This record gives sequence, structure tokens and C-alpha cells, in this order.
Amino acid sequence: MSAGRRGLGGGLLRFNGAVVLAFLYAPIILLVVFSFSASRLPGQWGGFTTEWYQTLFDDSRIQRTIWVSLRVALVSTVISTVLGTMSALALERFRFRGRRVFDALLYLPIIIPDVTMAVMMLMFFTQAFDLLEVVFGLGLSKGFATIIVSHVAFNIAFVSVVVRARVAGMDATLEQAAADLYASRWQTFRYVTLPLIAPGVLGGALLAITLSLDDVVVTQFVAGPGSTTLPVYVFSLIRKGVTPTINAVSVIMLVASLILVAGSVALQRASAARGRQRLQTTGGIQ
Amino acid sequence: MSDATLEQSRRALGEAERQRERSERRRGFILALPSFAYMVIFFAIPLVIVLVYSFATRTSTGSTALSDWNLDAYRKLGEPIVRNVVVRSVILALITTLVCLVVAYPFAWFCATRSALTRNLLLVAVMIPFWTNFLVRNYAWRILLSAGGPISSFTEAIGLGETNILFTKTAVVIGLVYAYLPFMILPLYASIDRLDRRLVEASSDLYASGPQTFRRVVLPLTMPGVIAGSILVFVPSMGAYVTPELLGGGKETLLGSYIVTQFLTARNWPVGASLSFVLMAVMLVSTIIYFRSGGKNL
Repeated sequence: MSAGRRGLGGGLLRFNGAVVLAFLYAPIILLVVFSFSASRLPGQWGGFTTEWYQTLFDDSRIQRTIWVSLRVALVSTVISTVLGTMSALALERFRFRGRRVFDALLYLPIIIPDVTMAVMMLMFFTQAFDLLEVVFGLGLSKGFATIIVSHVAFNIAFVSVVVRARVAGMDATLEQAAADLYASRWQTFRYVTLPLIAPGVLGGALLAITLSLDDVVVTQFVAGPGSTTLPVYVFSLIRKGVTPTINAVSVIMLVASLILVAGSVALQRASAARGRQRLQTTGGIQ
Repeated sequence: MSDATLEQSRRALGEAERQRERSERRRGFILALPSFAYMVIFFAIPLVIVLVYSFATRTSTGSTALSDWNLDAYRKLGEPIVRNVVVRSVILALITTLVCLVVAYPFAWFCATRSALTRNLLLVAVMIPFWTNFLVRNYAWRILLSAGGPISSFTEAIGLGETNILFTKTAVVIGLVYAYLPFMILPLYASIDRLDRRLVEASSDLYASGPQTFRRVVLPLTMPGVIAGSILVFVPSMGAYVTPELLGGGKETLLGSYIVTQFLTARNWPVGASLSFVLMAVMLVSTIIYFRSGGKNL
């Protein structure tokens, strides 16, 4: 709008823009700065040190929780990416009985509050374990598996939304062309559909990893004594009181999530460029 | 070709078509089945269990008796303690939504009126903090607001005295705004970007003042974005748990924390379950409002 560029209005817009960006980035930047501060108080500058990172690398408890987090994130991401992609293709490409119910069911985990989801999973596992014990005499308890099952339960929906957007934007006639050229269903999927939706699948997988590594509330409810993830452990530490070591752990988590964002942006760009190139040179199919 | 054979081959074609369609349907169903089954077992059934529990009775030992069904847990919502928690959560979520709206609207407008390059950079800049770890973002504010921390030192240095807002409602609102601001900016940006600028020009050609144009033309046309953003901020703020725990210090109990307490310490599962359902109801009603107001996918 013209008013946006002139005089007082434009100046105020610029000022607001600068304030918003400062508000978004200042906390993150200051956190990184303070993680190198020698002061024992985590919010004060006391000269440069890498001591806190050293204590972090010597802390076996933290390292154990990092491994739990990574294993949970990897396993739950693989499962939810496969299931989410399958459901995206089914919903976008086919009509079948129960399609609308399935579609609605897949929206719920996206909008449901964390706390409600956590309560649901806790009650479900408690009930299911009681039942299994009575019927089969199995003595199951919460742990690694329950965390993975819960993470997959919310991640399928997110992967499915991301992949669906990609499938919807894809030209269906390419698949028909492959079928006309006597490609089997599997060949059509492997050589036509999958390469075309790959950026969406990767984007969905990265979102799933991020959400899995982010989750505190659900995991806190379904984790067993020996299977605490890093965010749950750090959350319990912060509630006891802040220390410079937590600053250092936080920066590690921050860097991990930034690598994931950068990865997702780079992958999307690269595959978009490759897709264009391939379509130009070979018409898409090898 | 005689009419009879024509009719016959037409029928055969129709039959083949129907058969093809049936097999397509079956194929789609089989493709959806694994995740459908997963969502039913690990999402729909848990949801039903929560509903069932909300009608159950808490025994004196803190376990739950699944027999004597009643509405006690819902009646408890009318008691002052629970009512206060709910009212406080609604007020804080409303304040958070309003602050986000006031800050995000001009920012979204600013983005939408830049060149393509600047606009993309700004949007990426908004998305990056959203992708970074949620716990870390809350923790950063804990450090910033701590006594003797950077913000306090800053206000002291410019002569405003120490600020001590950690563990207050203000700190919780700051944390929530920080966490959910991108949810407000993105839908607002989308609807401002779609706005036909010629309507704004037409309005000023017809001698409408700036505020008049905004109130009568711009705001109504960008209302879908306002509603979508408000819901996307209000709903998670209502159920927030991590932010009030870390920045409110557990002093200002909000709905999310209260529910968690009912499960992990107070062991009153029916009350926890009924409150979770209230939270879900808020979410569902908001979503329906959103779709009714002409919104598309969330």
C-alpha cells in the first residue's frame, strides 16, 4: 500500500518490524552468549569460558538422555514417515470407505493441546497394561516403546499434512503416462511418484524429528524411570533451578534444531532444482 | 454393428469400469489401513478412555473406580478453585492473543508490502525461531528475566530501577507471545497478501481517512487471517504447560499445569480427565468457528 511507504506510517511499520525481529532473536543470541560466561549465575557475564561445555561432556546422565532422545526421534520418525506418506497418498489419490472419518481423525493430533494428548496416552497405556496383565499375564511397563508409540501417534498427522500438500501439487498424468508405458504399480511408485513427492516426504520427516525432539509434556507422561529423554530431563533440572550447565545443554539443543532447519531448507531447494532439471532433460522418467 | 451388440459392449465397458473402480477403492483402503488402524488404536481409543474416565469416581486411595458413573468430576469444575484456574487461563490466553494480534498485524503488513526477496527473508526469519526447540526458547526467557539478568541490568542502567517480573503473569504472557507469535504472523500475512490493493486505493479515492479505510475495508477483508491467527494462538495458550511452569514458577496455576497435577501428584484422574475434555471442547469449538468463517485448512 502506498501509505506503508510514506512518512510516519512507514516509519512506524519499520520500527515495529525491527522490534519484532529483535524480540524473536535477542533471547536466542543472548542464551548463546551466556553459555560462554564464566559467571556461576546463568544470566550474568563473567568473562569467557568453555567450562560448562566441558562439564556437559563429562556428565554421563545427560549423555544417556541424549541417546534416548536420538533413538526415540529416529525410530518414531521412520515409522511415522512411512505411515504418514501412505495415508497422504491414500487420502489424496483414492476414494474409499471411511475416507472422511480417517481425514478428520488425522486432523485432531495437530490441533489437540499437548496436555490432553499426554493424558490420553497415559490413561491408554495404564488401561492396556492392566488388560494385558489380566488376560495374558504380561507384566509391561512404560518406557522406550511407549514414548515411541506416542510420538508416532502425533507425528503421522504432521507428516501426512506435509506430504499431502506435495501430492496435491503433483501432476497425476505422469503416473497415468507411466502406466500407459506398461510400468507396474510398484515401478510407477518407485520411479515416478516417489521421486516427485520426495521433497514433501523429507520435509515431513524433518518436521517429525523436530517435534519428537521438542516434546516434553507427552513424553513426561509416558516415560519410564530408565527412559528419560533430554528435554524431559532438562525440564526437571530447570524446575530445580537454573545453572550455567543448562545454558550449555540448551545451546546444544538449539544448534541441533538449527541444523535440522538448515537441512530441510537445503533439501527442499536441491530437490526442487533437480526435479526441474530432470523434467527438462529426460521428461521425468529414466 | 447392430444395436444389440452395441448395447452389449457398452454394458461390458460399464462393468469393467465398475470393477476398476471397486479395485481402486480397495487399493486406497489397503493403503490407508495401517495408519488408520494405528490412529484408531493409539489415538481414538485413548480419547474415548479419557471421556469414560471423566465420569468415573476417585476412590479414597487415589485410584479410580470404573463402576459408579457420575458427573462429579464435571460438577467440580464449578468449585471456586477449579473455576479460578479456568478463568485465569482464559484471561491469560486472551491477553496473549491480543498482544500477538497488535504486534503481528503491522509486522505482517510490513512483510506483505516489501519486495519479493525481502518478504521471503522476513518470513524465513519468523519461521526459524518457531523451528528451534520449544523448551530452549522458554528457558532463554528464564535467563533474560532472572534477577540481575540482562533485562534487569538494562532497566537499571537506564535509570528505571530493577525489573522483577520473573514468576509473574507478565512473564508468562511474554513467554507465550514469544512461543506463538509466528502462528499469528503467518495467517495474517497470507490474508494481507491476498488483499486486493485496488480496494484500498478506491477507498481513499472516495475520501475515506486512513483509519476509516482500515476499519471498513482492510480489516473485514483480512478477517479470515485475524480469526485463524487468534485461534492458533489462543488454543495452545489455554493448554500451555511448559511456559507457565518455567516463567510463572508454578505460582500462577493455569489449566495445563492443573491437569498435570491431577495426574502426577493429586491422583484425581476423573477431574484431570474432565478438564482435559473441557480443553478439547475449547479447541473443537474454535476449529468449527474457524471453518465456518470461511477458513480452509489449518
